[in-house]
Amino acid sequence: MDITVGGKAGFAATGGQPFKAGQPTIVFIHGGGLDHSVWALQTRYFAYHGRNVLAVDLPGHGRTAGPVLTTIEANADWVMALLDALDVETAALVGHSMGSLVAFDAAARYPARITALALLGTSIPMPVADMLLDSAAEGEHAAFDMVTLWGHSRDGQTGSNRAPGLWMTGAAVTLLERSGPGVLHACLKAANDYRHGLDLAGDITCPTLLLLGERDAMTPAKAAKPLAAAIPDARVTILPACGHMMMSEQPDQVLDELISIL
Amino acid sequence: MSGPHYIKPDTLSLHAGQRPDPVHGARAVPIYQTTSYVFDDTDQAAALFNLERAGHLYSRISNPTTAVLEERIAALEGGVGAICTASGQAALSLAVMTLMDAGSHIVSSQSIYGGSHNLFAHTLPRFGIETSFVNPRDPQAFAAAIKPNTRLLFAETLGNPGLEVPDMEAISQIAHDQGLPLMIDNTFATPYLCRPLEWGADLVHQSITKFMGGHGIAIGGAIVDGGRFDWEASGKFPTLTEPYAGYHGIDYVEEFGPQAFIMRARTEGLRDFGACLSPTNAFHILQGIETLPVRMARHVENARAIVAFLNDHETVEWVTWPELPEHPDHELAARMLPKGPGAIFSFGIKGGRAAGKRFIEGLRLFSHLANVGDAKSLVIHPGSTTHQQMDAESMKAAGITEGLVRLSVGLEDIDDLRDDLANALKASQRGA
Repeated sequence: MDITVGGKAGFAATGGQPFKAGQPTIVFIHGGGLDHSVWALQTRYFAYHGRNVLAVDLPGHGRTAGPVLTTIEANADWVMALLDALDVETAALVGHSMGSLVAFDAAARYPARITALALLGTSIPMPVADMLLDSAAEGEHAAFDMVTLWGHSRDGQTGSNRAPGLWMTGAAVTLLERSGPGVLHACLKAANDYRHGLDLAGDITCPTLLLLGERDAMTPAKAAKPLAAAIPDARVTILPACGHMMMSEQPDQVLDELISIL
Repeated sequence: MSGPHYIKPDTLSLHAGQRPDPVHGARAVPIYQTTSYVFDDTDQAAALFNLERAGHLYSRISNPTTAVLEERIAALEGGVGAICTASGQAALSLAVMTLMDAGSHIVSSQSIYGGSHNLFAHTLPRFGIETSFVNPRDPQAFAAAIKPNTRLLFAETLGNPGLEVPDMEAISQIAHDQGLPLMIDNTFATPYLCRPLEWGADLVHQSITKFMGGHGIAIGGAIVDGGRFDWEASGKFPTLTEPYAGYHGIDYVEEFGPQAFIMRARTEGLRDFGACLSPTNAFHILQGIETLPVRMARHVENARAIVAFLNDHETVEWVTWPELPEHPDHELAARMLPKGPGAIFSFGIKGGRAAGKRFIEGLRLFSHLANVGDAKSLVIHPGSTTHQQMDAESMKAAGITEGLVRLSVGLEDIDDLRDDLANALKASQRGA
């Protein structure tokens, strides 16, 4: 659905069901350079099970107008402004990768408005390799390739998708190619620069799930330990053999974990 | 430190789409010869039917063995997903039915497989879809033939039977400027020799009965979605960008992004038209794809030697193969098919139709049949078989003359193939 946020065009996919006032709402926040379609195999279920789904396109991504926002905090404020625009007082947040930092920051700064939090492929801090940052800054296709290859486990790179006939790495790199100039770099830098998050973790009051991939090379599972320890009501699930792009690598397991907390 | 790299095609041919069976450890792809799949519970069943969860529910729509083949072909072509069908013609029909409705129009190369020509020229008009045929060597002819209701441009990597090589970069640019996708039939080249998606094509169609299988034992087809065409911006494809009542108003582009086309084709086209590939045929074709790179290299090597042999033979009037310097598409083929322009080509024998008949009957190793891309060498006379439904004008436009003989060079020892051809060429001139 189209939603005007701060006077600009915003977009959120609703999982095939219209937004209904008064229903519990779940916001899904994608990673850098991607868009709402990464949640295709998770959102539709909730939309058909009594929730409002808002799989957003962050500013500068997909159908939401730019420019891309350059800090995690600005993205979090945009998400809250989107909820305001729809008169949604409270919502659950689900974020992946850079989007997990956006969800985390919103939950830490607006704890009264967030009912549950799911952080997928996450860690704080979330350092980004210089090689990737530099390549993204130069606008090189190699940056898309690095995100695609580091983003999938070795098994994921040979496929075997739960969704018949879909080729995961092909889909990931194609989606990244759709991002506008400078968008991936802005997101990676925002994630890399978000260093103070652990100081805010104690402010989170809602139940929180950290969903991690055992073979995640971008946000290794062990790197999330400090975050898991710092959030008061957090539990951790590690998906065996899974890489960073867990929504396509293990769509059903991700959905089942989300159902358990949302 | 160098960056990471994608798994290479030779490895993908063996591994893409499959992990060893987690229950029994089977290394080969198991044949899941089943029509249906037990649901975990009623909620999961309902979710599968409504595309809320991924998975298999009925083998007309998807099957685990076929899904391995689909991922493997998508990986080899460089796409975002693929669907395998009961035949190449089923794949072509599925693509057309997914993209357009009655009242639509296709611009196609005139040098295409006779079966595809029949579909476009004679069958689709009954359903309100018309086709204009153009010279594949002239990108501007594609541009000139585009109408307001055009929905697809179509050509073959290597035209049939003249081996015309379309300038895919130029034609795709023309297509994209008009908000239209380009689909390429890559049957003759296979992704080993050419990946049309890298040259601007948006969709790839294949008969995987041919080189992909390689053994001539299983019929099958595939369509691959390149994932890069912007259906939303085009505005000409409501099947992908507007709510579809078949799944409670689903909008495929909104839900599935780059995979919109292939998802619609599966969840509507396979569901409703039902031209699914059997799991056993999928298994057979997978065995072929495992050796695609080594087979294609040998096919081209043998074809190169046979072309040289025929080109020097006194009874042969002409040979057409894009690697020959005099072929009109020599430079384009060198650029787009650097490993070689396949192993199928045509030649003319002195003495016309009668000599051609004696030649075919004089062959012992080359089999006379209606197929190409087998591991065994094949021969056919298109004028009396694959292209016989075409009228004289269409035959001429497609470059088919009375005495034209087409070879599909196999993997036999090159000395034996040359001997067989030499004997048959000698026989062709008896009584001349």
